[in-house]
Amino acid sequence: MQAKTIFPIAAFATGFVALSVAPFWADRADLRLLMEGLSYLALAQMWNLLAGYTGLVSVGQQAFVGLGGYLFFALAMFAGLPVIPGLIGAAVLTALIALPTGWIAFRLNGAYFAIGTWVIAEVFRLFAAQIGSLGGGSGISLPVTVARSLGEGREAREMTMYYIAFVIGAVSVGAVWALLRSRWGLALTAIRDSEIAAETVGVDTRRVKFLIYILTAGFTGLTGAFIFLQKLRITPDAAFSVNDWTAFVIFIVVIGGVGTIEGPIIGTILFFALRQVAADWGTWYLMLMGAIAIAVMLVDKRGLWGALRSRLGLSAFVTERRL
Amino acid sequence: MTRLLETQGLTAHYGDFQALFGIDMTIDAGETVAIIGSNGAGKSTFLRALTGLRPTAGQSVQFDGQSIAGLPAYRIHKLGLAMVPEGRRLFPSLTVEENLLIGAAGGRKGPWSLKSIYDLFPDLVAKKHNPGTALSGGQQQMVAIGRALMSNPKLVLCDEISLGLAPKIIKDIYQAVPQIRANGTSVLVVEQDVGQALAVATRVYCFMEGRVSLTGTPASLTRSQIAQAYFGLTEEAH
Repeated sequence: MQAKTIFPIAAFATGFVALSVAPFWADRADLRLLMEGLSYLALAQMWNLLAGYTGLVSVGQQAFVGLGGYLFFALAMFAGLPVIPGLIGAAVLTALIALPTGWIAFRLNGAYFAIGTWVIAEVFRLFAAQIGSLGGGSGISLPVTVARSLGEGREAREMTMYYIAFVIGAVSVGAVWALLRSRWGLALTAIRDSEIAAETVGVDTRRVKFLIYILTAGFTGLTGAFIFLQKLRITPDAAFSVNDWTAFVIFIVVIGGVGTIEGPIIGTILFFALRQVAADWGTWYLMLMGAIAIAVMLVDKRGLWGALRSRLGLSAFVTERRL
Repeated sequence: MTRLLETQGLTAHYGDFQALFGIDMTIDAGETVAIIGSNGAGKSTFLRALTGLRPTAGQSVQFDGQSIAGLPAYRIHKLGLAMVPEGRRLFPSLTVEENLLIGAAGGRKGPWSLKSIYDLFPDLVAKKHNPGTALSGGQQQMVAIGRALMSNPKLVLCDEISLGLAPKIIKDIYQAVPQIRANGTSVLVVEQDVGQALAVATRVYCFMEGRVSLTGTPASLTRSQIAQAYFGLTEEAH
């Protein structure tokens, strides 16, 4: 192996190991930040898989974050499911609900698809506000017993929570990597490179795109369920926020590098570093973020990782397929 | 001879612009047919209509005994109609071998495999782990042809495979055509180079402004007939 591969792999591996033992070195505030970061990493990997590989630019991923959150609350409160089965159940149900929404959204192309996904998310938000048993427009808190079931004492609970976040973040990266190395990866990479050419060589692009849409919806739902388990409270506006769950995620992927596995990782680190430094600046912080995103697109629209890779030949997640 | 492909009165539009005005064409199994014609004559549009990249629903397109009009591109591909697109359109993030493998995604059985493609184009063996686009133009064209053949098609459509290549390379590539036919794959080539088309084809169609202006075997056509059908020159213009 060459230095160009070893250095990035070593960096990502160090990060992975450090995160896997984070509860032993990080304090409570850091741990909370890491959990949020891992959640955003998962959202970014999913949005990147959808937009970066299949070209489906969705601005409605908050639909699935919110659905995952609400379904988890419903499963925990009304069906009495324990936390882990509740999270998984919320993910599966979100994916099932994505079948009919995808069927609608896939009638639309390009910009219409983007707007369509947003409209669908808004419909879910309005719908959530109508469900009285889940608090309607003002939202609802998770019963204390659910949080208590995570462990004896605050420390144990936070440890459990952290490891759920760690698994979600790590699996989001691992799953995308495995997918790209499979037969599917060949089709996905081909569609990313040129959709027309992929169709010409017999790839059923519609089917591939639909399945990726469903898969990312499910995993986004899982992440959403975890996010609101951590927050312990859900409201329609927070659950279906286009800013929090789509705009920031797009920012992460764009600055990191769209269409790569490493891009969302780097983007998440940059996003949180920027937020730690500049979040107190209020509106200026948001304007700075917008300016950075525009600058990245003007200078090199492949994002930070895309630019580094093409200039230095770096690569960490080798996706050469073995069929 | 079994009839492989038959279109009757095929039309195609881009918005208000009509590109094809009723194309009748037949191709029998084992033939090599060439379509010649100038830029904008509708050659590429015709291939796109055959392969499902342009809408043909409700029209008459028969392939291997069934109607393929209006079918999605991947289903037509699966039935054994593959295309080498104009400009090659290789996938830059895939290696040469992966570019070939993706052609086999439809899962059709037949004589073509990685091994037989490498036998046909030995130049590619040393390059199989290179990115598809880090090759010379001729080698890229070989990958594009190989990728189409990997689906074991009954008929392969080659769109301007000589475009932008040196004459010697063009000759090398066209040397593959008889071998392709020997493996039971019929070939339809679209060519601007009339000499090349007449040399390789058993039958020629000339397109002009979206219509078939001339058809026949290379032996039966005269230079002036072809010039007239190609450029639309009339006798008075001489």
